[in-house]
Amino acid sequence: MSDAPATWRPATEETPLVRRLLIGSVLGILALLLLAPLVAVFVEALRKGWWEAVTSLANPEGLAAIRLTLTVAAIAVPLNAVFGIAAAWFITKYDFRGKALLITLIDLPFSVSPVVVGLCVVLTFGANTWVGGMMVDAGYPIVFALPGIVLASMIVTFPFVARELIPVMVEQGRAEEEAALTLGASGWRTFLTVTLPNIRWALLYGVLLCNARAMGEFGAVAVVSGKIRGQTATMPITIEMLYNEYLSVAAFTLAAVLAFLGFLTLGLKTFLEIRHADALAATRRH
Amino acid sequence: MSRPLIHRSPIPGLGISAGITITLLSLVVLLPIGALLAKGAIAGPERLWTEVNSARIWASLWLSFRLSFLAALFNLVFGVALAWVLARYRFPGRRLIDAAVDLPFALPTAVAGIALTALYAPNGAFGALAKDLGFRIAYIPSGIFIALVFVGLPFVTRTVQPVIDEVEREVEEASATLGASRFHTIRHVVLPMLAPAALTGFALSLARAVGEYGSVIFIAGNLPMKTEIAPLLIVIKLEEFNYEGATAIGIAMLAISFALLLIINAIQVWSRRRIGYV
Repeated sequence: MSDAPATWRPATEETPLVRRLLIGSVLGILALLLLAPLVAVFVEALRKGWWEAVTSLANPEGLAAIRLTLTVAAIAVPLNAVFGIAAAWFITKYDFRGKALLITLIDLPFSVSPVVVGLCVVLTFGANTWVGGMMVDAGYPIVFALPGIVLASMIVTFPFVARELIPVMVEQGRAEEEAALTLGASGWRTFLTVTLPNIRWALLYGVLLCNARAMGEFGAVAVVSGKIRGQTATMPITIEMLYNEYLSVAAFTLAAVLAFLGFLTLGLKTFLEIRHADALAATRRH
Repeated sequence: MSRPLIHRSPIPGLGISAGITITLLSLVVLLPIGALLAKGAIAGPERLWTEVNSARIWASLWLSFRLSFLAALFNLVFGVALAWVLARYRFPGRRLIDAAVDLPFALPTAVAGIALTALYAPNGAFGALAKDLGFRIAYIPSGIFIALVFVGLPFVTRTVQPVIDEVEREVEEASATLGASRFHTIRHVVLPMLAPAALTGFALSLARAVGEYGSVIFIAGNLPMKTEIAPLLIVIKLEEFNYEGATAIGIAMLAISFALLLIINAIQVWSRRRIGYV
């Protein structure tokens, strides 16, 4: 009598049939939508074998695309990291009016289409604008050149670091910094020895997301790049050009390189979420 | 006595942090978006209206909006189911799948675009299957739908999952004790608690889909009046050096995404008030 029957289940659980159906359908849809495209990238890249895939990238244009993408990320990501730290410090260490508006403005790029972002850059710094025209005359065009691509990438990745740091720094409060300052530490020393160790994992997390998006950005960059081969074509832009020329192996090999970087990002991100959950914002812990 | 603009604080670094924040925010976000709005203001509302008011542009805006809505709706239902499965059930590979949900955020949109096209085009694995069964997926609106579902997939799951973790089992137990069936409990007790988070995810997914470009253009077919999305039209106008036309569509899209966010915010406020928790 005290033994529960074989079919017993707690009243707060679904029946095994419902449970199995739910897990099965969810996993099935995920396989179709997420796993299959990923497999397709690698299958298409290796369709004619490893050698063909590797040699399709080892040409001046392919290497220039990789170099350009790395250059853009190397400029845009550190700038956005500095911005993120400064903005998080400003927002969490002081009380001022208009803080909510400032946070909304920082988040603004997330709700704007990447193509509209590119359009904005063209309208601000294009050759037929005042500043853009002067720069073209001086021999340093902004649009259809590196600065425009960097700016477009910076806009679309602008909120990433700040929005990871702000909740963490709100949770940690100001007491530790105030204690350090009372004990005579300078502002920089307080930041480097008290704040930075507290936010380093959240900072790394934000930088990771920022970097992944900066290297993979397509829409905004497509508008401002001008798509000059070997000069202003980033990796995603080169993928589009190769694909449109039916150079399928080269396009998918480049795509596989980016997909691999995406994997790496996901792996590191998951590692941070599991290993350093306590150092990330509450919404990131699950 | 009015509140001071900024309270005095013993913490140093106000000047440098405020300076960097405001300078970069102005240069990187406010100046470019301001340039778009200024361009629109100079052209004037009438000019903008003539630019937008063409059958081709209305068709593209309607297509973008309609398919984004459908894709976000799919993601709303699927995202809640996925969040439930990940938060409540234990099965082998759960951790891996939990991590894989964020794949659309980590995979560049151009990569997603050509990968989905390779699969769903008539000569791809799934496309060929569909062709044998007598229908098509890619190069018609259903292809755009698939791409938009892909890019918006993680939003609802990621907003709802932490809320499911917070739901107290006692509430469900109380409901069961009072004689409610499991379905009744989920329908009337659990889902209302998840609604605000799910709607937030829906809004984010919708906003992302309306502006999406990279993953869509490969699979869309890009036929005027049929499968041409609004962001693509901006690119086309720019290639024709029609800056006013591009500005007009850009401003229309900005207005649509802000309107969407406002509506969803209002729904959230209403639903929070109705069920009485924040």
